[in-house]
Amino acid sequence: MSSSNLAYFSNDAIYACLAIFTIAFLAHAFEVSWSVKNTESSDKTEFDFSRTNRAGRLGTSMMILGTGILVIADVTRGLSAHRVPWGNMYEFSITGALMLAAAYLFAFAKYKVRWLGLPVSISVLLTLGTAITVLYRPSAPLVPALKSPWLAIHVLAAIISGGVFLVANLVAATFLVMERYELKGERPIWARKIPSLDALDQLSYRLVAFVFPLWTFAVIAGAIWAESAWGKYWSWDPKETWAFITWVAYAAYLHARVTVGWRGRRAAWLCIFAGSTFLFNYIWVNIWGTGLHTYSGL
Amino acid sequence: MNSAPELGFIALLRWAWRQLTSMRTALILLMLLGVAAIPGSLFPQRNQNPQKVDSYFTSDPTLAKWMDRLHLFNVYASPWFSAIYLLLFISLIGCVLPRTITHLKAIGKKPPLTPRNLDRMEGYRVIATDPATAIESARFWLKSHHYRIRVEGDSISAEKGYSRETGNLLFHLSLILILVGVALGSLLGMKGEAILNVGDRFINTPTSYDNISYGKFQGQGSLPPFALTVKNFVATYDAVTGQPSNYILTTEISDPIGAAAKKVVIKVNKPWTIGSTKVYLQANGYSPFVTIKDKSGHVTFKGAVIFLPQDGNLSSLGAIKVPDMVPQIGFIASFIPTATSSAARGIFSSYPEVLDPRLVLSAWKGNLGLDSGTPQSVYSLNTAQMSKIGLKALTLGSTYDFGYGTIRFDGWKSWVNLQIVDDPGKMYALFGALFAILGLLISLFTRQRRIWVKVGEGVEIAGLAKNGIPGLEAELMALTRALEEGEK
Ligand code: HEM
Repeated sequence: MSSSNLAYFSNDAIYACLAIFTIAFLAHAFEVSWSVKNTESSDKTEFDFSRTNRAGRLGTSMMILGTGILVIADVTRGLSAHRVPWGNMYEFSITGALMLAAAYLFAFAKYKVRWLGLPVSISVLLTLGTAITVLYRPSAPLVPALKSPWLAIHVLAAIISGGVFLVANLVAATFLVMERYELKGERPIWARKIPSLDALDQLSYRLVAFVFPLWTFAVIAGAIWAESAWGKYWSWDPKETWAFITWVAYAAYLHARVTVGWRGRRAAWLCIFAGSTFLFNYIWVNIWGTGLHTYSGL
Repeated sequence: MNSAPELGFIALLRWAWRQLTSMRTALILLMLLGVAAIPGSLFPQRNQNPQKVDSYFTSDPTLAKWMDRLHLFNVYASPWFSAIYLLLFISLIGCVLPRTITHLKAIGKKPPLTPRNLDRMEGYRVIATDPATAIESARFWLKSHHYRIRVEGDSISAEKGYSRETGNLLFHLSLILILVGVALGSLLGMKGEAILNVGDRFINTPTSYDNISYGKFQGQGSLPPFALTVKNFVATYDAVTGQPSNYILTTEISDPIGAAAKKVVIKVNKPWTIGSTKVYLQANGYSPFVTIKDKSGHVTFKGAVIFLPQDGNLSSLGAIKVPDMVPQIGFIASFIPTATSSAARGIFSSYPEVLDPRLVLSAWKGNLGLDSGTPQSVYSLNTAQMSKIGLKALTLGSTYDFGYGTIRFDGWKSWVNLQIVDDPGKMYALFGALFAILGLLISLFTRQRRIWVKVGEGVEIAGLAKNGIPGLEAELMALTRALEEGEK
């Protein structure tokens, strides 16, 4: 296939992913909401998971299929430009969505967190949707400053970290919502399949502890790349500054948990705060910021 | 009598030191450093974007002056940012060094004695197994699960995950190493820039630079002696988007000066290295080449003038000054590498490579103001004491008669901007960073826990997980199972 055919193929695959993740989203939504069973005999709603189990499994298979196709879309995009597929915001976004989905599948395989499929599928949909509509750029080679193996390493590490940070944020947000329900009484029926507060609390911590070294590495790889491109490994341009702030925020989170013993709500808020600094960097600094990190028209 | 206040003072100092080196203070300082970094990303910084800083000063001088007093245009070198940084540095040292010493002393030591009352510990249980063999099989199991073991009478105290603290300390010591590297770089480093036309020769002495800055303790005489000649510069562009795809600078370098010249190719991500100094290709542009004659046909100026690119298609602006004519003559000029014209925009460049160049000149006469004492930019013309005498767009090789003489557009050259940087601290920072990751991995993925087994009336076991890390229960279960099966 020629380069431009490959690029078109990649775009088509992204559209296919949009459809598949939509199905995944609907299946997960169905799973959580349809388990409610209204019976007249009791004033309490009962629920029955047996009839939604298939919807849940459908959701999972769609997540797996969608992630697989996203891999293909991402790889063909890279092949069409003869380089790694993370040279501009469009490509960061599709690769980032892929990492988010992959982080979910990993967490699913390990901790059976199918309920997370709902927020993850909607996040992937939103990311891919904005990518293909607002951020789309035709496939093209890189400007010289971006031609470095460190680019590939640095950006890949950053995107994976970002995906996992987002999942951790979703878990922490779920924790906060569930906690509110439990403080007021009990969880609504659709939420009963979601793990205990304790498990949610642990899960978001583990996700962060798991990628924090990778994020540290991403920042360092970025510094090495900057050194070879600009002559200074750290110039405090807005992107670097916010990467540092994110790093400090997560370090604070880890310390708060491990050495001060924060748990539960306070830890969840801190986790969400740290994740927001990452999102802020990604969205605000990439688009409106100025500095050395402004890429070829996004 | 006298010693009382002195003691008080020393006590105060001690107290202050303990406060400063507590982990809590260090963490607060770290958070502060994060917060203090924010303004630098919101306001333009003088060393990154001086034009934007100037625009603050023109649009609201009073506000800008106040912001400047608070160092908001130079956050990362401001006294308050440095103060946080230094305090954090001291705090880290005071916090981590004593712990390192304690930790080193503890190497090879046995785990602490089994506490008297195990029933207060986590996961306490009494298991049904033969007390006679329990110690031996527990010992075997714990050994094979990498515990350090202390057998004392009829009890075992076992500990695992000692390396967690090692990782911890490695990480925090590495942070200190990074801070040292950063400090060395800013105290002993240098950074300078030089713009050179193709064909120019650069001798590495302070006067050859367009701008140069030294670290606080770096002397001027310390530049490595080399000479560099710009032989050739090639920029290639994507034919469709006009985006640059490659820059190749070919130079000849004599190192030291006078040595045989060797050919060196410098690219954007491939600097040339000499010791801890590196030479980077940073930017490039065009220098139109002109010949100016006075009315009698006498050459008053001949050469290439560096113009600054204004957009992605390298429309470039510059000034040509001829002080040796009467009256003095100056041109505000733009160089258009590939000229296209439209009604709305006039002449503009549609491609960054030179395919159909134009030199658009506006000619001025009068006083260039060169000997007024205030330094002038070479890229712009001060027209305060001048009047405009004409406007002309020249194609390659054509001549414009501006009344007091003629100017001929002879050709063009490429220029490159070399950035020359010496950072003797960066290796420390790099190794600090790598060790930091290593330490982090060790510390985050080692589980530190203790297990005790005691044989009394029954066989009691219990454990303790440091920092509440999960998994202790499963480990105790496994040990229980092993002991009970050992029974059979
Ligand atoms: C600069 C960013 C910092 C990061 C990313 C960081 C990270 C960490 C991490 C990951 C741990 C592991 C905790 C555990 O699992 O046992 C830790 C522990 C620790 N940190 Fe930091 N730290 C930082 C700064 C500091 C500073 C400035 C100090 C003190 C001056 C400090 C003191 C400690 C101490 C004493 C522990 C051990 C706590 C324990 O084992 O209970 N840290 N730190």
